[in-house]
Amino acid sequence: MTPTTFVKASLLAGLPLLLAACEVGPKEIAQSGYRGTGMVQVAQKANLPGPYTIPDEDYRDWEPDRSADAEKAGAFYENVQVLGDLTTDEFNRLMVAITAWVSPEGSVENGGCNYCHNPENMASDEVYTKVVARKMLQMTRAINVNWTGHVKQTGVTCYTCHRGQPVPANYWTVDPSSMARMGITGNRFGQNNPDKMAVVYASLPYDPFTTYLKAADPSERAIRVAGVSAYPVAGAQGATLANTEQTYGLMMHMSDSLGVNCTFCHNTHSFSDWSGSSAQRAVSWYGIRMVRDVNEGYITPLTSVFPANRLGPQGDPFKVNCTTCHAGQNKPLGGIQMIDSFPELARIPAPVIAAAGSSPAG
Amino acid sequence: MALLSFERKYRVRGGTLIGGDLFDFWVGPFYVGFFGVLTLFFASLGTALIFYGAAIGPTWNPWLISIAPPDLSYGLGLAPLKEGGLWQIITICAIGAFVSWALREVEICRKLGMGYHVPFAFGVAIFAYVTLVVFRPLLMGAWGHGFPYGIFSHLDWVSNVGYQYLHFHYNPAHMIAVSFFFTTTLALSLHGSLILSAANPAKGETVKSSEHEDMFFQDIIGYSVGTLGIHRLGLILALNAGFWSAVCIIISGPFWTRGWPEWWSWWLNLPIWN
Repeated sequence: MTPTTFVKASLLAGLPLLLAACEVGPKEIAQSGYRGTGMVQVAQKANLPGPYTIPDEDYRDWEPDRSADAEKAGAFYENVQVLGDLTTDEFNRLMVAITAWVSPEGSVENGGCNYCHNPENMASDEVYTKVVARKMLQMTRAINVNWTGHVKQTGVTCYTCHRGQPVPANYWTVDPSSMARMGITGNRFGQNNPDKMAVVYASLPYDPFTTYLKAADPSERAIRVAGVSAYPVAGAQGATLANTEQTYGLMMHMSDSLGVNCTFCHNTHSFSDWSGSSAQRAVSWYGIRMVRDVNEGYITPLTSVFPANRLGPQGDPFKVNCTTCHAGQNKPLGGIQMIDSFPELARIPAPVIAAAGSSPAG
Repeated sequence: MALLSFERKYRVRGGTLIGGDLFDFWVGPFYVGFFGVLTLFFASLGTALIFYGAAIGPTWNPWLISIAPPDLSYGLGLAPLKEGGLWQIITICAIGAFVSWALREVEICRKLGMGYHVPFAFGVAIFAYVTLVVFRPLLMGAWGHGFPYGIFSHLDWVSNVGYQYLHFHYNPAHMIAVSFFFTTTLALSLHGSLILSAANPAKGETVKSSEHEDMFFQDIIGYSVGTLGIHRLGLILALNAGFWSAVCIIISGPFWTRGWPEWWSWWLNLPIWN
């Protein structure tokens, strides 16, 4: 075999390798903009997640007594701080459901009721997970009541994120390696690390979560980096290149977590222009703010409650991002109705006012 | 060299691919030929339909006039005229006109007894266009995947289709195509500046010869590709730019649906470092 034929033969043999990284096979394609705009969702059918069903055999046929004169859990049980407005029947059914959603028997060591409760004294708060669960129930209600701009009437339950696991599969913590280090060598400035899944293998800044999702952002324009005019606005500091790449990083995360591409929300003719954007962009605008509220208002306050193995390397708890609920679908779990059979998770009762001295005389 | 000095050779009968002597004549300096007639027919009909589309559209602003392809729901079928059917007919006219023009070039090449480099090069451009509006839509299952015919609207399409794959700069064929485009312009600028400087000498100096041109690049980079070589190089660079552009779009969708950065996970997962 002459060198030339050897080269030719190896090139020919290597040809199939070109296709090895390809996705062949049927696609799921959906148009989301005016014809010819190129706003189209393309997905590999074989890779689509779902369909999902919610494990409900423990409570499916349990129609709880919701009558107004039924005994309330707050009066019947001890130490019911959040769900006191539920009837005892609603309460017991919800407890059974939570067990199926979060810590079903056999899913984890100590699964079942005892994952949160001391079986000797169900009212006790000595198991830390019970304290966490209480906060999470407040959070669930807050999401269903205050964030209908995002969750609409579909709503969320524990299962939306937990899916039968005590710790949801997708969460984030502050990434210590993304922090800028002193010195000129080995400083990636938080980017160029495509192993990090956050920005879907791009070299973009890979911890957009600490920047954008950890806490409420005082500056509304922090994410919207597009200029408002063709020229610099006098007196205003435009976004830096680093800012725009951080935004791009966050958007990569959002696209991937929803299993969509940029054109699901944006007409890239102008990313910032609301009139060219799809209705979903407004839904995700609320979503970003909802995630911040969840992280700042409900998860971060639990930092001291969590044991060390439930904290990230920087000592912060496991926080949520879009993937936590969405997990690759633009509607979590394919859009299954979550709260229609649990209306008690979609209301926030007025706080019970302490009996002594709090009501005005007369 | 004036056109007329080789017109004697150009204006010879024969060499036609089809039609025999029927259209084998000239109108002024322009050869007609069967494919010239066909080009005229398709180009006129297509242009008239674009004007018709503009007339029934919302604007006469030349930047904003757009003839959009059908909705994806029409699949590979025919759409009503005002809902993308116009785009379908105009596409047929465009391909008809482009291919006829290329074949007219072939006939002229045959008259001149020269190689088919010019029609081949134009053929690569046609291939890139047909890839966008025929091959990729066929693979994706709907004519609606073609790009709209409008100055701004086709740019929006390019942008949006790029963002369908999150970050198009990670598309390997796009990388190759962009490199070829830049190299083409680099080669053209080097070549153009050399020719201009040789043909426009300083006052009192004579026009420089090709030996002088060769010496210029031999001095600078130690090598001159030569007067014929630069045109071969330019051709291969430009054709590759067009060819890899076609490749980079035909793999986006039919053979890859996720973000292009993710495609490179095969590299990250090579057993050498992983």
